[in-house]
Amino acid sequence: MRSSSPTLRAALVAAYVVGTGALVAAVPRSLPAFLLFMASMLLVYRLEVPPRFRAAAVFAILVVIMPVVGTSNTFYLEVATQVGIFVALALGLNIVVGLAGLLDLGYVAFYAVGAYAWAIFGSPQALKIWPAATAIFPLPGWWFFPFLLVAVALAALTGVLLGLPVLRVRGDYLAIVTLGFGEVIRVLANNLDKPVNITNGPIGITPVGRPPLFFAPVVARLGVSTEPAFLYPLYFYFLVMVIVLVVILVTQRFKDSHIGRAWEAIREDEAAAVAMGIPLVPMKLLAFAAGASFAGAMGALFGAKQLFINPESFTFMESIGVLAMVILGGMGSIPGAILGASAVTILNLQVLKQLSLTLNAWKSAGVSILGFNLADLPTQLEPAKYERMVFGVILIAMMIFRQQGILPSARRRMEIEEARAAAAEQVVTGGSS
Amino acid sequence: MEWDVLIAIFPSVVVDGLVLGFVYAMIALGYTMVYGVLQMINFAHSEIFVTGAFVGAEILLIMQAGGTLGALHPLALLAVIVLVAMLVSAVLAVAVERIAYRPLRGAPRLIPLISAIGVSFFLQDAIRLVESLWRNAFYLTYPVVEFFDLRIAIAGDIDVPIKSILVVVASLLMLVVLTLFVNRTRLGTAIRAVAEDQAAAGLMGINVGRMISLTFLIGGAMGGAAGALFGVQFGTINPYTGFIPGIKAFTAAVLGGIGNVPGAMVGGLVLGMLETLAASYMSLLTGGAFGAEYKDIFAFSVLILILMFRPRGLLGEVVREKL
Repeated sequence: MRSSSPTLRAALVAAYVVGTGALVAAVPRSLPAFLLFMASMLLVYRLEVPPRFRAAAVFAILVVIMPVVGTSNTFYLEVATQVGIFVALALGLNIVVGLAGLLDLGYVAFYAVGAYAWAIFGSPQALKIWPAATAIFPLPGWWFFPFLLVAVALAALTGVLLGLPVLRVRGDYLAIVTLGFGEVIRVLANNLDKPVNITNGPIGITPVGRPPLFFAPVVARLGVSTEPAFLYPLYFYFLVMVIVLVVILVTQRFKDSHIGRAWEAIREDEAAAVAMGIPLVPMKLLAFAAGASFAGAMGALFGAKQLFINPESFTFMESIGVLAMVILGGMGSIPGAILGASAVTILNLQVLKQLSLTLNAWKSAGVSILGFNLADLPTQLEPAKYERMVFGVILIAMMIFRQQGILPSARRRMEIEEARAAAAEQVVTGGSS
Repeated sequence: MEWDVLIAIFPSVVVDGLVLGFVYAMIALGYTMVYGVLQMINFAHSEIFVTGAFVGAEILLIMQAGGTLGALHPLALLAVIVLVAMLVSAVLAVAVERIAYRPLRGAPRLIPLISAIGVSFFLQDAIRLVESLWRNAFYLTYPVVEFFDLRIAIAGDIDVPIKSILVVVASLLMLVVLTLFVNRTRLGTAIRAVAEDQAAAGLMGINVGRMISLTFLIGGAMGGAAGALFGVQFGTINPYTGFIPGIKAFTAAVLGGIGNVPGAMVGGLVLGMLETLAASYMSLLTGGAFGAEYKDIFAFSVLILILMFRPRGLLGEVVREKL
């Protein structure tokens, strides 16, 4: 492959993208077709093609083919939107865990902060706090955009407030404290329906306001349907893509700045970083705030997209899911976080669900495997419910077999190899650390 | 303030606090001993605990189905489920160490922790899978053994169920045995030596790997026993039951001073007692504005406060700081 010319490779990629795109359009129900199509992103990233062609291919996949495919099968658009949300979350956590080396097990708390920030003020819920303010609340839909910034600020502030007391503790303690913090936020969301009803408790908040379809007249002139049910999935898809793009740019800039280098120095050796004059606590706080802010923005968008939020969406499992994405892709690596988020989300949303559907179809058809009638399988066996097992296997397998992840960042790879060599040496000499 | 109410329920609150405290103490031992030898949070310990609870439930349910539940004396029944739960949990804990932690020896600290989180999640769904296949249900309820629910008077007209007393006595017994084992036997000394300095212990002829396995074995056994006792006391379990008690037991271990065996017991008792008091009185004290639903927050606040103001715990930590 390496010996062939860039043009040939580019043509190959283009053919693959168009081919799988057509395949998905032709067999919209087929999971393998969709997976092949999604893999085209990876192909574009891995193959050495001219940068301009790479950008064009990504543009074609995300801005043209995906929405077109999505209009014929809205489920795919939903999956792609979810993938985008999780990509942003994984990139945020990647700053905290991957770059700064701080294991945050309560990351979803910041997502919740963002989601509740908009959900409360963008829905009649605010009236339960200030019953007299009927003239102001619920805020009209266009407030969603200012609230994206509010959510970012609130989440970042929460990150700093959490970080201030706990960032001095040892790394593994930090993990447990952040976990506790995540649970605290969830318990608060569950119970702050009294004495003052702020979160509406376990019932959750609905309907959360949506940004207005200000572009509807333009779309109508193009002769496309202006049905909200048709436009909103597309609208949220593009909103997510824009936010993801911003998040990627911000992360990249952070990573290449002195701040990113300071983070990586802290991750690799805290004592040495301090000796080099890196202000430890401010840098860690900045990592927390930066990571949290991405989650805040996505939280606000999540609430608007779903129309409904309740504490169930912000459990510990979500935090670990995002962690699994970061670990799978490779800590500290931006392409890794994107790949990890896509792979895990698709696995959960599609593969497990498909497995459940197939199993149920086989069950009702009375298929038997090796003489065992599948209809005799217990009804409680639902492959779609085994997300935790997926996360667990990913975490264990990656730690044992490939700590640097699938698409590691160069520095992280070096670091892990160094640690391996040091460990091997220690075993040989039997020396103490 | 209704002082009469506060005072009237106090003795039974204390008993509830003791029961919870002893359960936390037994789970906390697993965390603290493993942290002592490996400087690692064994995140999967909560699932070792839940496994014990499921083993206990399965034994009782199978006996109930066979109609033999009444054949054994209830005390013998309790002994059987606790011992079998200890055995299964201990074996599982050792297996987990072999498969998921041992290959990571010498890696940066967060690596085994992440692996442990993976094991924790994997085991939760593994238990669910096994129970779904075997029983077509993964929320289990302990069968009623009438003897356990008999109430006996402890002070005046206050009475508590026998099972609460049994849980306290059984855990007290095991904690005493464990303390004697760690402090008075050669194996216990060897474990402490490994916790102190692995390399030096190795040079003294101690098989370090085997001592680490032994630590997981003991921690797992205590966790399993705690699981079975938890089930007897509280009745309903599911594969995800262990998460909250696990975090709280870890908090107890930190509260007592991580790596410190008596500290874990003290921490467990203090946390169990504080939490029960908070759960019982919070609602009365705040006029109903905040109730028992905040007891989990309470435990986490305790954790954050200790880490801020007394990170070495009440009795001091026994951990070698690696640089």
